[in-house]
Amino acid sequence: MSLSATLANSPPIDSVGVAERVARFCTRSIKKSSKMEALKLALSMIDLTTLEGKDTEDKVRRLCYKARHLHVDLPDLPTVAAVCVYPTMVKVAREELNDCGVKVAAVATSFPSGQDDLSLRIRQTKGAVRHGAQEIDMVISRGRFLAGDYQYVTDEIVAVKEACGEAHLKVILETGELYTLENVRKASDIAIHAGADFIKTSTGKVQPAATMEVTLVMLEAIRDHFQETGKIVGMKPAGGISNSKIAIRYLVMLRETLGNRWLTPKLFRFGASSLANDLLMQIVKQSSGVYQSSNYFSID
Amino acid sequence: MMSRNSPDKRLSVAKTYKLYIGGKFPRTESGRTFEARSHSGDLLANLCRASRKDLREAVVVARKAFPGWAKRSGYNRGQILYRIAEMMEGRIDQLANEISSQGVPPKKALKEVETSIERFVYYAGWADKYAQIHSSVNPVSTAHLNFSVPEPMGIVGIIPPNEPSLLGLATLLAPALAGGNVAISLVSETRPLAPATFAEILHSSDVPAGVVNILTGFRKELLPDFSTHMDVNAILAADLSTKERKLTEENSALNLKRVIHLPSKAISATDNPGLSPILSLQETKTTWHPIGT
Repeated sequence: MSLSATLANSPPIDSVGVAERVARFCTRSIKKSSKMEALKLALSMIDLTTLEGKDTEDKVRRLCYKARHLHVDLPDLPTVAAVCVYPTMVKVAREELNDCGVKVAAVATSFPSGQDDLSLRIRQTKGAVRHGAQEIDMVISRGRFLAGDYQYVTDEIVAVKEACGEAHLKVILETGELYTLENVRKASDIAIHAGADFIKTSTGKVQPAATMEVTLVMLEAIRDHFQETGKIVGMKPAGGISNSKIAIRYLVMLRETLGNRWLTPKLFRFGASSLANDLLMQIVKQSSGVYQSSNYFSID
Repeated sequence: MMSRNSPDKRLSVAKTYKLYIGGKFPRTESGRTFEARSHSGDLLANLCRASRKDLREAVVVARKAFPGWAKRSGYNRGQILYRIAEMMEGRIDQLANEISSQGVPPKKALKEVETSIERFVYYAGWADKYAQIHSSVNPVSTAHLNFSVPEPMGIVGIIPPNEPSLLGLATLLAPALAGGNVAISLVSETRPLAPATFAEILHSSDVPAGVVNILTGFRKELLPDFSTHMDVNAILAADLSTKERKLTEENSALNLKRVIHLPSKAISATDNPGLSPILSLQETKTTWHPIGT
């Protein structure tokens, strides 16, 4: 399908309807063993993230250690899905994680603004992949998108996808800068059309970051695309999902929009840093029956 | 209150008594209520019957509020405690009415409110003084200045006696606050009206949100959750039964909560209870500071 046909297919979004639908997801009661399953599933879907100017190699090593050893006392815990770092930290992260199953994801393409020459952004992507990144989180040029230059956005995604080679490509729409749900839908359609393996809400550097409304619109884009072409695209809400309650609501929404098939870390991720500890606290609460204190969990 | 019913048959507007969590007045998440009745058995009000999830919320907001409250100067905490006393003064009649509506003779009820105010004034005075009295410079044989200072423990679960309800709360709460702790109190089950109204006084007294949280409900239901919660650092209680006390002590071993139990005599005395309730909720920090020989 051509880009113009894809865009012509982008449906208008009823934002009141979206809000109401989201409100319904928040009323589901997930308790006991289902809750335990949901908590563990959410844990296995986390991209443990550190994206700060002050990151050091030691901080990344610590994060990798945490990714592998989430909690010493709990049996049957999954590991997180990936560790998400800046390209400069990919080497260290790969060394630490080697073949334990936790992937290394790198934000590339001049994250978080994306304001740079496409050639430089592609070079950065290739560098990250060469250093061992198995997943690339790219940002789209929001300025170009808002100016209506959809072809440019499509082309840059295609180019970065090519630069990724074997690595999985997650396309960050930065929905906090897209203003309307209609734009979110349009950007999702473009990203899927251009070959994204995952679409992702936000960089975490812009407020608002992930919201359930935005995520629902993106999930519906994935669903519509799947029904039309059979191609399966993953989803990653990132930023602001800080506790178990919210995470479980996202899982409910995922299950009720895309079905069981998507309930796997292969197709759904949470970009988060503090969520993991809260999930662990809730898992300990579920198994011990006693409310927990963050004093007994790692600091970051 | 019912005394507002005037002869021209004005229908008085009854207050909805709610919880006080994080500077807000929510209803219990459980939607449950229990009745407060007068001495003669008339229904006075329906109160929120707090659940363990309300307690959980209260602990979360209290934990957030703790660093800020502990960091304030003792002088400032004293000012705020005194402010609580000022605001109570303006509502003496309401508080006394609420206490007497539940079976305490009016004069005794008034006395209870007055003594409660006195408690806050008393501990307001201590707030910027206990630390220097309880601090020490310790003699050591190395080239160090070695000193010890008291620091607040954190979140204190306050379980006042059922009676006297307001005075019990004031006597346990004031020293906890003066010492920089934050508090969650499960107030009197049998006379909850005045303690619930007391939350409104806290709300208008410059007490930062989350520093004091007031729950109404059943002790039998919530005491196990107070005592097992890993993020509650101490329990200050009065007048627990032997069974309740045993349960609290045993559960508190989980995270080595400090359990302090006061006899009911200490609560109702007109004399102020002294410095020890403040100090009982402090940890001592000792510092070795290197100095030249």
